[in-house]
Amino acid sequence: MTSGNTASGAQPGRVWKKPPFIANPWIRYGLVAITLAYLYWAFSTLPFDWQRIAEGLPRAGKIFGGAFPPSFERGGLLWTGFKESFQIAFLATMLGVLLSVPIAVMAARNVAPLPVYILGRTLIIVSRSFHPVIVAILFVAAVGFGPMAGILTLTLYSIGFVAKLLAEEIEEIDWGQVEAMRSVGAGYMKILVYGVFPQIMPRQIGLSMYQLDSNLRASAVVGIVGAGGIGGTLMNAFGRYDYDFAFAILLMIIAIILVSEGLSGWVRKKVW
Amino acid sequence: MLEITNLVKRYGQNEPVLKGLNLKVEGSSVVSIVGASGAGKSTLLRCINRLVEPTSGSIKLNGHELVNLRGSDLRHSRRRIGMVFQGFNLIDRLTVMENVLSGRLGYVSFFQALTRRFPQSDIDRAFSLMERVGIAHYADKRADQLSGGERQRVAVVRALMQEPEILLADEPTASLDPKTSQQIMSLLQSLASEMSLPVLINIHNVTQARMYTDRIVGMRHGQMIFDGEPKDFNQDALDAIYGGIESPEEDAGEPASPTEEASA
Amino acid sequence: MVDHAAKLTDRVWSRYDRKEQLTRYAVYLATLIAVVWAVRDIDIFWPWVWDAPNQIQSLGARMWPPEFSKWSAIFSAMLETVHIATLSTMLTIFIALPVSYIAAQNTTPNKITLWIGRFILVSSRSVNTIIWALLFVAIFGPGVLAGILAVMFRSVGFIGKLMGEAIEEIDRRPVEAMEATGASKMKVVLYAIVPQVMPAFFAIIILRWDINIRESTVLGLVGAGGIGVLLQGSIDMFAWQTVATILLAIVVLVILGEALTSVLRKKVI
Ligand SMILES: Nc1ncnc2c1ncn2[C@@H]1O[C@H](COP(=O)(O)OP(=O)(O)O)[C@@H](O)[C@H]1O
Ligand SMILES: [Mg+2]
Repeated sequence: MTSGNTASGAQPGRVWKKPPFIANPWIRYGLVAITLAYLYWAFSTLPFDWQRIAEGLPRAGKIFGGAFPPSFERGGLLWTGFKESFQIAFLATMLGVLLSVPIAVMAARNVAPLPVYILGRTLIIVSRSFHPVIVAILFVAAVGFGPMAGILTLTLYSIGFVAKLLAEEIEEIDWGQVEAMRSVGAGYMKILVYGVFPQIMPRQIGLSMYQLDSNLRASAVVGIVGAGGIGGTLMNAFGRYDYDFAFAILLMIIAIILVSEGLSGWVRKKVW
Repeated sequence: MLEITNLVKRYGQNEPVLKGLNLKVEGSSVVSIVGASGAGKSTLLRCINRLVEPTSGSIKLNGHELVNLRGSDLRHSRRRIGMVFQGFNLIDRLTVMENVLSGRLGYVSFFQALTRRFPQSDIDRAFSLMERVGIAHYADKRADQLSGGERQRVAVVRALMQEPEILLADEPTASLDPKTSQQIMSLLQSLASEMSLPVLINIHNVTQARMYTDRIVGMRHGQMIFDGEPKDFNQDALDAIYGGIESPEEDAGEPASPTEEASA
Repeated sequence: MVDHAAKLTDRVWSRYDRKEQLTRYAVYLATLIAVVWAVRDIDIFWPWVWDAPNQIQSLGARMWPPEFSKWSAIFSAMLETVHIATLSTMLTIFIALPVSYIAAQNTTPNKITLWIGRFILVSSRSVNTIIWALLFVAIFGPGVLAGILAVMFRSVGFIGKLMGEAIEEIDRRPVEAMEATGASKMKVVLYAIVPQVMPAFFAIIILRWDINIRESTVLGLVGAGGIGVLLQGSIDMFAWQTVATILLAIVVLVILGEALTSVLRKKVI
């Protein structure tokens, strides 16, 4: 009866408003106020050098003018730079992935005893807490300029990523397979090889390929702080205002990253 | 001979799940353990091969105490005890043959296990067992490509590869359709007699327990309340085991059993 | 019964058939060759490698104990870092949303816009934040503006790609229902698409903000503002104990950021 009434529109002029996204008006307007206040605070405290920024547009013109056409003349430098980047990325991936397996086992609560688990987690947290570029400067400071620092950096970077995800994968395995292996009388290592590794293998290969791809990207970057590879070449080109050469390097980086992304995606699809 | 005396198991500080259980299995008989969900059937089986640590009591297999074994002694005892699981627990990503051979893991070295270099005698044994249960042609298929019944056959063969002195089966047919589950039960029955192997089967289906096993043990609340031959397992025993427990799975199966009894 | 059957056959079994075996060996061999080539060819002075553990240890020793006298400068540099991350994430939204709209197959107006959208996403993602920073420092000089722009230019690709995927995964039926009412394109977007991608949107923004915090800590190494400027300065002056303090501050910031994002994520979802 009542519903019939409303449907026939007996009461004219009823208002309807979309219920607000956040129900509590205090929180709603509070959030808006906080956002505005934050923007004001941030912009007013940040040191913008407006005069220097104003020179930006003409400079940008000059830079892009200088960048075209990109110069591939110094092919030798390009080749050695990229080769070194690739070597760094590849070796770091191999090392990192190899080390990740035991660390992942250590950091998986279901297969590691508590003290070992804590050690494994700590290793992962330590290797994840810094941006690879920061790690790279520290290694450059410790072991000197060159690809060695790059390899160390990216190995740590790989461990942080691969071991963490692998450990999570191990924690989610089907425990029945492990129990089956325990019930046939297999020891710890055999249980790992039969009951655990087959289950995480596709993930492991996928992660390794993904990590190779990430390491290739990162290897271009760690070079900027002196850890070897094409990044150093790029940094120098910028420093010497060789914008056409810098642009050529950038184009190459983009091309290589696209190829490597495609390849790693393809391999990951193949393994399942 | 399996001899369980005064077995107690409690999880954490809860009420004990097994309350001083005694059970003796002699010769090569097929024993079924029936009871409602939560009665402690799985716990009992898992105590035997120590996937679960018993709280107290004694479990002797052929005179050999199992309860306080550790490390390699425990593993050596485990390889003498085959186990078949409800969910098959195959290693999905490995082939049928690898799964079958994994039953030998207690015997081969780590290097052999890693490189899959199993002794020829194991491979021969694997093939003949697989032929016996009719899965030899699947040897190189991946385990996750098989049907439920085939997977359970693989699991049975894996357990038999251990050259077990006893076989434990925890609801081996609960994930299978009725026809396949009958096949698996009769397979277990005939394997037991062929290999003169004692078999302990947890089972929900009372009809199948009667049909395929030599002895029925009824459990309720962690205690044994029936132990006898299938012909003695009557309505009273059934009521004692399941009575007053509302459990939807059993409700479907139970009404069928009295009629089955009449026809059998 | 097992034994007499076994006598009849002496069968072989191996894990892989011939072709698989060959492929495996080929992959192993290729990997091995690549490793050997890389190790021999790379420009590394091996005696230094064996000395590396000592060097790392001695650097660690020089950093100990952390020295806190510069704490106020470090604190304000950390604030600057957070500002760079937050502002650039906020600003990115305005660019990334339209880009994701034209880069999603089901919403893009036509083929050309689709390719423009994809081109923007790919070029943004392929150039690392710090390389973007290098470019913007060259244009606008050292400072926070270069940092904000660098983080924005990299984030557009990230947010745009994930949002584009979210748009491509929406349920088509509400869209059809709205079109059937005769609504215009923008109204369809507002009523049928926006509600569906809202959760994904928040999740992506929060995720990227977390990433941007980390990225902002290194911008300063090429002069683009934030804590990195101070870090580079302290390293150049061999003030290793101050470096240790800065590293600690970064860890604290990253942990705080992670804690905050996980709270936000729970609130939103
Ligand atoms: N790992 C465990 N931790 C705590 N309680 C458990 C565990 N496993 C089983 N239980 C409890 O023990 C009781 C018996 O379980 P179970 O042996 O699986 O019974 P059944 O196999 O007869 O269904 C149940 O109440 C169950 O909740
Ligand atoms: Mg059970």
